[in-house]
Amino acid sequence: MNVKDYKGIFVFIEQRNSIIQKVSIELLGKGRELADELGVELTALFLGENIEDSSIDLIHYGADRVVFLDDEQLSIYTTEPYTQAMTAAIHDYKPEIVLIGATAVGRDLAPRVSARVETGLTADCTKLEIGENSNLWMTRPAFGGNIMATIICTEHRPQMSTVRPGVMKSLVKDTSRSGDIIRLDVQLEKNHLNVEVLEVIKEEKEKINIEDADVLVSGGRGVGSQGNYSILEVLADELKGTVSSSRAAVDSGWVDHDRQVGQTGKTVRPDMYFALGISGAIQHVAGMEESEFIIAVNKDGSAPIFDVSDLGIVGDLHKILPLLVDEVKHQREEQAQLVNA
Amino acid sequence: MKIVVCIKQVPDTTEVKLDPETGTLIRKGVPSIINPDDKRGLEAALQLKDEFGAEVVVLTMGPPQADNALRESFGMGVDQAILLTDRAFAGSDTLATSHTLAAAIRKISPDLIIAGRQAIDGDTAQVGPQIAEHLNLPQVSYVFDLQKEDEKHLIVKRSFEDGSHRLRIKMPCLITTLSEMNTPRYMSVGKIFDAYREKKVEIWNLKDIDIETATLGLAGSPTKVQKSFTKSVKDKGVVYDDVSPKEAAKLIVDKLTEKYIL
Amino acid sequence: MDFNLDNEYDMLRTMYRDFSEQEVEPIAAEIDEEERFPAETVTKLAKFGLLGIPIPKEYGGEGADNLAYSMAVEELGRVCGTTSVIVSAHTSLCAVLILEFGTEEQKQKYLVPLAKGEKLGAFGLTEPNAGTDASAQQTTAIVDGEDYVLNGSKIFITNAGYADTYVVMAMTDKKMGTRGISAFIVEHDFPGFSIGKKEKKLGIRGSSTCELIFEDCRVPKENLLGKVGKGFSIAMKTLDGGRIGIASQALGIAQGAFDQTVNYVKERKQFGRALSKFQNTQFELADMNTKLEAARLLIYKAACKKDQRLPYSADAARAKLYAAEVAMEITTKAVQLHGGYGYIREYPIERMMRDAKITEIYEGTSEVQKMVIAADVL
Repeated sequence: MNVKDYKGIFVFIEQRNSIIQKVSIELLGKGRELADELGVELTALFLGENIEDSSIDLIHYGADRVVFLDDEQLSIYTTEPYTQAMTAAIHDYKPEIVLIGATAVGRDLAPRVSARVETGLTADCTKLEIGENSNLWMTRPAFGGNIMATIICTEHRPQMSTVRPGVMKSLVKDTSRSGDIIRLDVQLEKNHLNVEVLEVIKEEKEKINIEDADVLVSGGRGVGSQGNYSILEVLADELKGTVSSSRAAVDSGWVDHDRQVGQTGKTVRPDMYFALGISGAIQHVAGMEESEFIIAVNKDGSAPIFDVSDLGIVGDLHKILPLLVDEVKHQREEQAQLVNA
Repeated sequence: MKIVVCIKQVPDTTEVKLDPETGTLIRKGVPSIINPDDKRGLEAALQLKDEFGAEVVVLTMGPPQADNALRESFGMGVDQAILLTDRAFAGSDTLATSHTLAAAIRKISPDLIIAGRQAIDGDTAQVGPQIAEHLNLPQVSYVFDLQKEDEKHLIVKRSFEDGSHRLRIKMPCLITTLSEMNTPRYMSVGKIFDAYREKKVEIWNLKDIDIETATLGLAGSPTKVQKSFTKSVKDKGVVYDDVSPKEAAKLIVDKLTEKYIL
Repeated sequence: MDFNLDNEYDMLRTMYRDFSEQEVEPIAAEIDEEERFPAETVTKLAKFGLLGIPIPKEYGGEGADNLAYSMAVEELGRVCGTTSVIVSAHTSLCAVLILEFGTEEQKQKYLVPLAKGEKLGAFGLTEPNAGTDASAQQTTAIVDGEDYVLNGSKIFITNAGYADTYVVMAMTDKKMGTRGISAFIVEHDFPGFSIGKKEKKLGIRGSSTCELIFEDCRVPKENLLGKVGKGFSIAMKTLDGGRIGIASQALGIAQGAFDQTVNYVKERKQFGRALSKFQNTQFELADMNTKLEAARLLIYKAACKKDQRLPYSADAARAKLYAAEVAMEITTKAVQLHGGYGYIREYPIERMMRDAKITEIYEGTSEVQKMVIAADVL
């Protein structure tokens, strides 16, 4: 492959039941910035079934054009049809950069495509920038999040990168934008690589989305038991926030995995993050250090959480929390009275 | 039924600390473990062995010290262990690694390949699917449930953020396993003893596999590390060491008001 | 002389520790509080070969050695004295006894299920009037047709009521003194055999310690273990091995208390600093650490000598004497270093001190160990 033949940025648009996923919009935001810097076109690659009509949204969110494929083989995600489609798009359009959301889908699709195309892929990038020779510099956590590494892919194209949800910022929707919406010219072929979906199971319980919360009240091993979590819930309620946790609490079975913050959980950036009884191991910190303001309570003064907290209290959370909840309630009553006065 | 489980020996990154003076990682004394997701894969394979008499071969690409992980696998009950090691493999990124492992797996010719979803040092989750592509095999990743349907098919459950799929996949194939999949068994005493006294780890070098040298090591890696660094220290916040719970509560509420949370 | 352990022992210790911390520790306080025998743990121990460690594979065991076995008892003891003694009594005092003195038929019939952990074992020597003076046996065994008929009682028997296989000493010929004592394999459901009173104890409260009652209990002749009149000698040789087990249990308990204390003194602050910053604390810990290492070396030496088939009786006595006394000392110090918190049941430390005491008493009191050592020296 000749590096010079590749121009332009592609963003893979992930959809579930034809609904565009937030991470893809975020990547369009970043893609727009990179495309402007390179002076190239930003294309949204949109694969699915019954998706043609929503393609225009992608232009509004920053794409210069949309390349889509509407096919029943793409209605439910399986590896092979999606890989065929993306590979065909890469061969036809020769983008220099391809961005994919690091979701359950993206982390299955991106490596398969990168191997089929024989190019480099960098996972879970937290920073993307244009460096020397217009190469993409992809920075990501490594060694369990203990260090950062900047990766480059100089002799191969496209430079592929996956990015986690919540890392990049979406652009504000601009309905005045316009662009071409083009059908991808490829015939998807069934072959021995296809797998058979027998059943699609939707999660029954209401999905907790801690990534959307402005305030997170997070508990770790120091909380001690499932019962002790109730005071955290009360505090979260009072502050209009959500309860989250470190891995220790999930491993102990006190909360569901979908509330886990950290390397193997979710990355969050709330306005206020309470770290209660959390030691601050790097795997957890990696998932919340971008929070606007971090308040930590831990009885161990040497806990690493105090290195990242903005306000740290060395003390017993079991004693502090009930008093805190009272103070908060008191404060809110006062404010309500002021408003009414 | 022949199963190859790909495992990686990794430093226990939960134990790694930063040297506060130099800002670099303290790698010394950090225990090496079998990557947690891979261990679930091993357990899944051993369950198939318990139930159907499957043959379990464990394969790792790494330095000579990776022998430990293979001995631990013997302690859990695998039948065969292969250490794929050669200086020529050094500096491999995920693509080169997957090519090398694929070449070894081609020689073993299994019905099922199991890889952990991601390693806790690299955290890429790429090698499994890339191996599947090189071997031209169907793949399902993020598997948390695995059943054998018949001689040719497996039924798996695959996790997504908002639910899961139940799928039928035809062998030979590759799956990657999640840490939620199962609880790995402990090693058993007799098998640990045998691991070091009776069992042999097979060593495969470059000459033992059929692969183009252009796809190996640093030269065969499209991605390279341009630089690595420790994260910059944030501006130190304030820590209160000696306040009563009541004072602590007041401090927090003041801050919440200041930040317009209240 | 290489003091480094081979790789398999490191890996064994990792496995023992993981198992102990994940399967045994979470219920340790509960079984002590409720005086409950942890039957569920016994099933798990069996599954991973922990009830047949030094038994050869041909008899259903793991084919490991006494060093591997002693490390297991130690690691279990580090989190739970009760679970540790369940394994020790079953293995040293029953399974190994049958391995060393049983006929091929007896091994196939009794040893295999014991080694696999399908059945639990126990050892009956002590009687109301025969403790340190074990030779004063009053339980009798009289030949009657194809059976021996046993009459009498045993007390303080570990695993009683949960064991399936008991090796019991009884007097076959009073005139012969110690050479008139024989050993028998008794199954829990032999007619005339019943379990009596369950004792309430100071420590290892989850361990089942009961009376064995023999009222015209019929034991088939083929269940005579070893030759007639060899029972006392068999019992004494068995206790030599058992001593290594109890020494390991004591070491484990002491190590557990020590580890807890180290963590505690790093966290607990008084007078503006952590307890670990005070020289008194540091010196106490240094002392405890040295004694732990000394005990460990004595135990490993005895275990290795047994593995090498060298005489090890005095070594085992030294190990048991020292480890037990040191365990009592260390656990008591550990309670002291925890201050008030060391006295309340919310912390595991007081249980460790209560568990440690028995190691100075059973399977030969410290005084008995001194008798053995003195006899070896003089």
